[in-house]
Amino acid sequence: MGSYKLDYLDQLESEAIHIFREVAGQFERPALLFSGGKDSIVLVHLALKAFRPGKFPFPLVHIDTGHNFQEALDFRDYLAHKIGERLIVRNVEDTIKAKGLTEQKGKLPSRNGLQTYTLLDTIEEFDFDACIGGARRDEEKARAKERIFSVRDEFGSWDPKLQRPELWNTYNGKISKGENVRVFPISNWTELDIWNYIRRENIELPSIYFAHEREVLEFDGRLVATNQFIQLHDNDVVTRKTVRYRTVGDMTCTAAVESSASTLDDIINEIIATNTSERGQTRIDDRVSEAAMEDRKKNGYF
Amino acid sequence: MDILRFLTAGSVDDGKSTLIGRLLYDSKSIMVDQLEAIERSTKNKAEGQVDLALLTDGLRAEREQGITIDVAYKYFNTPKRKFIIADTPGHIQYTRNMVTGASNSDLAIILIDARHGVVEQTRRHSIIVSLLNLPHVVVAVNKMDLVNFSQDVFNDIVIDYAQVAKSLGLKNVTFIPISALNGDNIVEKSAAMPWYEGNSLLGLLETVEVHEDVNLTQGRFPVQYVIRPQTEELHDYRGYAGKIISGIYRKGDKVVVQPSGVESTVSAVEVAGKEVEEAFAPQSVVLHLADDVDISRGDVIVKQDAPVQVAQEFEVVLCWMSNTPLVPRNKYLLQINSRTVRCVVKELEYKLNVNTLEKELSPVQAGLNDVVKATIKTASPIVFDAYQNLRANGGAILIDETSNVTVGACMISTQAKQEEFWPEI
Repeated sequence: MGSYKLDYLDQLESEAIHIFREVAGQFERPALLFSGGKDSIVLVHLALKAFRPGKFPFPLVHIDTGHNFQEALDFRDYLAHKIGERLIVRNVEDTIKAKGLTEQKGKLPSRNGLQTYTLLDTIEEFDFDACIGGARRDEEKARAKERIFSVRDEFGSWDPKLQRPELWNTYNGKISKGENVRVFPISNWTELDIWNYIRRENIELPSIYFAHEREVLEFDGRLVATNQFIQLHDNDVVTRKTVRYRTVGDMTCTAAVESSASTLDDIINEIIATNTSERGQTRIDDRVSEAAMEDRKKNGYF
Repeated sequence: MDILRFLTAGSVDDGKSTLIGRLLYDSKSIMVDQLEAIERSTKNKAEGQVDLALLTDGLRAEREQGITIDVAYKYFNTPKRKFIIADTPGHIQYTRNMVTGASNSDLAIILIDARHGVVEQTRRHSIIVSLLNLPHVVVAVNKMDLVNFSQDVFNDIVIDYAQVAKSLGLKNVTFIPISALNGDNIVEKSAAMPWYEGNSLLGLLETVEVHEDVNLTQGRFPVQYVIRPQTEELHDYRGYAGKIISGIYRKGDKVVVQPSGVESTVSAVEVAGKEVEEAFAPQSVVLHLADDVDISRGDVIVKQDAPVQVAQEFEVVLCWMSNTPLVPRNKYLLQINSRTVRCVVKELEYKLNVNTLEKELSPVQAGLNDVVKATIKTASPIVFDAYQNLRANGGAILIDETSNVTVGACMISTQAKQEEFWPEI
């Protein structure tokens, strides 16, 4: 010691821990949204640093679309068990049946929109007043505008024009009955920060983040893993390739990238060298329109 | 590698978003797909050139109107630093957002259009930078290409702005002539302005020293949460979780718990579950005290060698952020770090005209974006330092108890003179 300088990852870590503890201090019934993806795995790692040796003051909650990668689901269960924290899973499939919702049609039917229904139902079921999520502002330009404490009305809607000013590191979590707050502790982290932190802290990840061989469909310049939810046609080009996932969402809307990166060092070198953004390369759902994310968020999406 | 947080302030047409776009573009932080997306959007505008401003305007209404209506955060890295940009709107009705962006920034870039020089908005933005006490200011004189890269034009603006800076007490002001559109003096030194001997903008941002802005002498530790596992093996564990906002904490340090004034000694410092010899701002830690004292969220564990102010009545400079006016005697919640208390705004001493710096005495109310000097009385004592001395412990927000909205930003200046009698609030 002696220099009293914090490295940038330490600064980001400290900021995130501070946000976690603000949630614990300000809310009665928070939840940590946990999908088994790298960003939510980092959130769990940060929560351990914020609250151990105590228990988490919130359960882990996963909204399972039914289209998730098995590797991510297995990892979700493994990690929850390993750290001994409560995991609540709610299924979009159940909501579709109970509410008679209509599924998207087409080649790559996405349940991204339907996920919001299950999330809002789950918030109501447990009366959650704060939901912590792993969204980052560098992901997408609508997210770049969102507060760290983001108030949602009872329909889960985000009103970008009526956001509360957020000053210093003082987070206003006051809400009325029926409202809830979405909290984003890693707002200020970039994709590269996440990977550098994973490497530094030696954080375990699901295997699909590393290079592996997989049967993929070449679709609109992307590589989509073949699976039971995708409609294949005779003229589709299906090949086996060595790929990894840069993000992990639904199988129908997440594309793989061709890569032989099998270690964290390899992945970080690839990310530094890439000329395509994370969501641009791997998310099929953002391309629909320029305001796709803004519209989803206004409707209650994360 | 460390982090520099900065904001950009400028008038609507000063080219602020273009500057940010340029920094991102030239530091290779814009990806191909993002560039393609703005190329598609630019085609609709019949201008032919890629509009870098479209990178930061994230909301549909902004793209439609060609304006910035909210703070957008942008990120880029160079091998030397991680940068966090708060892109804040320039026009008057969104001043509150600039205050928001400035509150978390180490440095402000104030953009001036070389053709127009120092204008009203330049003053307004500079006043906010001064009120929020940003340690570093860069004045970027933009659109130098439109004044033939004239050194005289630049020098005149430097002289004009130096007056503004002096009257506001701004520290560490640096001037740079640039053209954001063409990239002059952004990443590389411009060949068009050989008379300019300073650093490029990025070169400056990479080297400005921000570590010294962290106060390491006045120990302040607001308690956020108490960790009590209450398990068999950790039966007596009682850790105070929080972030050291200033100073250094070591085992054995004498501390005072405020506002109760109870004294104790630090018995252990933990970072991420591991005991350490010492910890310093801005680390998130867990402190243990030698004595069994009553401490809860909102209390501040203060180093005994650096006394803090504890008071129920104090003066603030306040930026009002709500459409509903602030009227004296109104009651709000005041939140400073982890402590939230009820308060009443007693009286408005003056309203500051942010264009002329003139003070209007005893205004009847304050409206959206007004800056006023006021006296606040709280229902129970708060623990603070003067904002101009210790930013981390001098800023507070006001919350409307009925709407829960954040309506004001307070920079606490000093403890008010004690009055003989004050009715209950």
